[in-house]
Amino acid sequence: MSEKIKLCDLSKCTGCRACQLACKQWNQLPAKQTFNTGTYQNPPDLQPNTWNIIRFQEISDGNGGVAWLFRHDACMHCTDAACVKVCPSGALYYTKYGTVALDSGKCIGCKECIFACPFEVPKYDPETDKILKCDMCYSRIDNDMEPACVKACPTGALQFGDKDKMLKAAYKRAGELGGDTSVYGDKFVDGTHMVYVLPEKAGIYDKLPEKPRVPLSVIAWKDWLKPLSLLAAGGVIAGSFLHYITHGPKDTSGDGDQVSKGGGE
Amino acid sequence: MGSNAAANHPISFKYVTEAMGRGAKLISVDPRFTQTSSKADIYTSLRSGSDIAFLGGMIKYILDNNLIQEKYVKHYTNAPFLVNPEFKLPGDNEGVFSGLVDAKYDKSSWSFQKDASGVIKKAKNLKDPNCVYQLLKKHYSRYNLDIVSRITGTPKEKLLEVYKEYTKTGKVGKAGTIMYAMGWTQHTVGVQNIRTMAIIQLLLGNMGMAGGGVNALRGESNVQGSTDHCLLFHILPGYLKTPKASQPTLAAYDTKYTPKTDEPKSLNWWKNYPKYSASLLRAHYGTGVSLEDAYSYLPKLDDGANYSWLSIFDAMYKGEFTGFFAWGQNPACSGASANKTRQAMTKLDWMVNVNIFDSETGSFWRGPDMDPKKIKTEVFMLPCSASLEKEGSITNSGRWMQWRYKAVDSPGVAMPDGEIITELYYRIKELYEEENGPLKEAITEMTWDYGPKGPNGKIRHLDAHYIAREINGYFLKDTTVKGKLFKKGTLVPSFAYLQDDGSTSSGNWLYCNSYTEKGNMAARRGGKDSSGIGLYSEWAWCWPVNRRIIYNGASVDPDTGKPWDERHPVIFWNGSKWVGDVPDGVAAPGSGRPPFIMRPDGVGGIFGPGRADGPFPEHYEPLECPIEKNIMSPQLINPTIKRWDKEGTGTDVDARATCDPRFPIICSTYRVSEHWQTGLMTRWCPWLAEMQPSMFVEIGVELAKNKEIKNGEIVTVKSIRGQVDAVAIVTNRWKPFNIDGNTVHEVGIPWHYGWVTTKMREYVHGDKKPEVFTFGDSANIITPFIGDPNTMIPESKAFMVNVERKEV
Repeated sequence: MSEKIKLCDLSKCTGCRACQLACKQWNQLPAKQTFNTGTYQNPPDLQPNTWNIIRFQEISDGNGGVAWLFRHDACMHCTDAACVKVCPSGALYYTKYGTVALDSGKCIGCKECIFACPFEVPKYDPETDKILKCDMCYSRIDNDMEPACVKACPTGALQFGDKDKMLKAAYKRAGELGGDTSVYGDKFVDGTHMVYVLPEKAGIYDKLPEKPRVPLSVIAWKDWLKPLSLLAAGGVIAGSFLHYITHGPKDTSGDGDQVSKGGGE
Repeated sequence: MGSNAAANHPISFKYVTEAMGRGAKLISVDPRFTQTSSKADIYTSLRSGSDIAFLGGMIKYILDNNLIQEKYVKHYTNAPFLVNPEFKLPGDNEGVFSGLVDAKYDKSSWSFQKDASGVIKKAKNLKDPNCVYQLLKKHYSRYNLDIVSRITGTPKEKLLEVYKEYTKTGKVGKAGTIMYAMGWTQHTVGVQNIRTMAIIQLLLGNMGMAGGGVNALRGESNVQGSTDHCLLFHILPGYLKTPKASQPTLAAYDTKYTPKTDEPKSLNWWKNYPKYSASLLRAHYGTGVSLEDAYSYLPKLDDGANYSWLSIFDAMYKGEFTGFFAWGQNPACSGASANKTRQAMTKLDWMVNVNIFDSETGSFWRGPDMDPKKIKTEVFMLPCSASLEKEGSITNSGRWMQWRYKAVDSPGVAMPDGEIITELYYRIKELYEEENGPLKEAITEMTWDYGPKGPNGKIRHLDAHYIAREINGYFLKDTTVKGKLFKKGTLVPSFAYLQDDGSTSSGNWLYCNSYTEKGNMAARRGGKDSSGIGLYSEWAWCWPVNRRIIYNGASVDPDTGKPWDERHPVIFWNGSKWVGDVPDGVAAPGSGRPPFIMRPDGVGGIFGPGRADGPFPEHYEPLECPIEKNIMSPQLINPTIKRWDKEGTGTDVDARATCDPRFPIICSTYRVSEHWQTGLMTRWCPWLAEMQPSMFVEIGVELAKNKEIKNGEIVTVKSIRGQVDAVAIVTNRWKPFNIDGNTVHEVGIPWHYGWVTTKMREYVHGDKKPEVFTFGDSANIITPFIGDPNTMIPESKAFMVNVERKEV
């Protein structure tokens, strides 16, 4: 089957940033001026010119010591993708690998996807009036190559392969590590195509929603209201047509007036 | 320990990750909790500069608990050797070894007892009080848990946890390795740090084993290649010695450096020294001059003089240099005590800066605090090619020589270093031929066969293959060796065939076997591993003779020849010969040949009299330290270091501040994944500058609170030599140390920054502005001008500073 998953095993990530840079190189993304705000994390968040970042996070390990978490953050490539749902132009679309690709030519800069995404991934570039995000290196995976970030990762924290194989590996790894380790992604939004092995509880990670879902407003709008309104719109058209067939066009010759004006005979 | 491989040698960490996946345990001992620590099974901290105390405690633990690999220690190390009874240990001698005169050791008492025929006396049962083993035990009996904990600041239970886990590798069938880097070398006790670990590895039987060894993670992708081919003043290619003025002839030189031994079974491979020196001379000067004349052309060092980096820049500061080639380096940011280095350059008449980009060195004359009008130096910038713009090889930490190809042409007028040198060579040669000059033959008689030649005898262009072949070496006349005839002009198959009579050439005997009649071995890309232990012997080529694990003769039992570790054998005897890795000098099983063949007596040196500062490592404090007295002994610092801060030796800028209330905080320097060395190459790369734009200082939460420093604010880090601004990263990964009851703080800074890529400097016409500006200048502005007595590597890892909020 052609559905693919990018597996991100955080237990092996050392925060070396090869992935962050490989993405820039493959996609020829420009760098922008940054400043150190008291962390290795830079740029501070995903940006139109930064499609994956490593988030650096220090937590207490409960034994008086410290733990340093590194999280590769990029588009989750949801099966039920809120961004695809809301995109009016079809710029965001599903590929046969299950990933969510982006045709920038069609993007009209409406920014609906930004509000819809439960992971806050798409970013808006005011200079081009477009949003930009990771497309899981569609140009590479469609040519039998792994995404650039996966290729660059030295420790194997990033892997890429068939969905079943990757999920199997993820659960195996989670089993080996035990403790709070979990697999994250396959149970949300009908399953994501970037899946994590999280050594800590999901809630601990910065900016990682514990139970991500397509926002209710989007569901209400796109899954209910829109079909309903389409249904309604369709109903209006159908009803009008039916009425035309059954009652004919509106008679403007005068009968109607007599009926309403006169008494009976 | 002594490294942060996850951040700074990420490819090596790939294999650490794999090993951990197979059950290997990772121990991280580092003053700061690093990216490596985040993946470790065990982490503990220690104060920078206390590694010998920490490891000395481990030696005591091994000996107290009988955890040595006994047969290995008895047969493969000098543990049984009897030492001269005049020898004194620091515990009995005010903290120093016997023989200290001023700052140098008279080593006559550091000798071994010998019998009438010159054979070293040995205590086979390791019980004689004068044997190395008992002296070792006595020496490290002082390194008990209490003292070690007081010196290092490491809690006793953590010391025990590390000792217990690591010393499990002493069991037959288990192995452990150490990956170290500048964290160990950049100290005034740098070499002794590594010695302590080497002793541990010998005691545990880990040398020569799969998964064992003492593994230096080189700090630069080709620094191994550069030391192999002798970029340092004290060696010639292949780790031959640079001749001294007191060695006027080749014979005198060879005699001095060819070791002799009376140990009956020792192979003493360096006895072949004259073959390598003669072959090197032939490579440099060909057959047109005699070996004696060729030797006379080699530059000679003044006896006792030191020409290392620190000495060079000290002399330069004192105005002793007219000119300087800053070739592929950035001393204005890489040199210890960078202000001294920068000021030193103002004394030059000329500088040639060969580099890919402009740097703080090439532009030293317009740096901060410089007035170009007052500086006479003429700087020539020669742009050179980057590594992807030329063909050649690099040698990595595993001694693998890997061939690389040219991917793109160089921009503008940039040329490969080899071509720049070639042009210089031809011009200088012409000048000597026209104008004469002292010892002109040293230049005019050199061969220069580094490419195909044109009708005028000069090479038409540089060809790395020609150079590689010269490095390997040729037969210069028809020669028969071991019954086989080699025609003149054929490549020598390996250094075992090199001759001392001038009939062979080799630009580097260690690399003889790398480019043979079979081809360019370094260019091989065989992906098969027939060893089962990850040797990949057909991928590229390593020295010596493609032996991947050196001293693998120690991986087998001396009597039976059976591998100690039968599940991961490096070599094994198949009945008629050794198979597996290329066997290292080991004779047939039971022959009794000691396996450490590069040492004259053939055994691993637990007792190491060759070092300048002692045959056993002893804890001394760094030159600048937070305590008044050394807890271990009355001797505070390494007694043999060269002190530039002393009256009459150094200069007005060589100041030292130790146990000084103005500078109460320990400072260490280190690296990040995103930048490279002084940042000369990486600060100009926008993607990298974007990720790590600023000079920063990592400060513990407690210290930050005391100083009212908030995360992300700009602070000043100052030592007695200068100051640098940095962004404060307030973190729990630095915790204060309890040193003998006192709270001592430590901070750390990266050394990747320099003023050339900052926003606030002046850019004039022709200057390229970076796409992403960086912030901050070099960490070396505050580091001390002091080095290890064996290597002169500066003590960048432990010195004293203060940190203050920047005055608004």
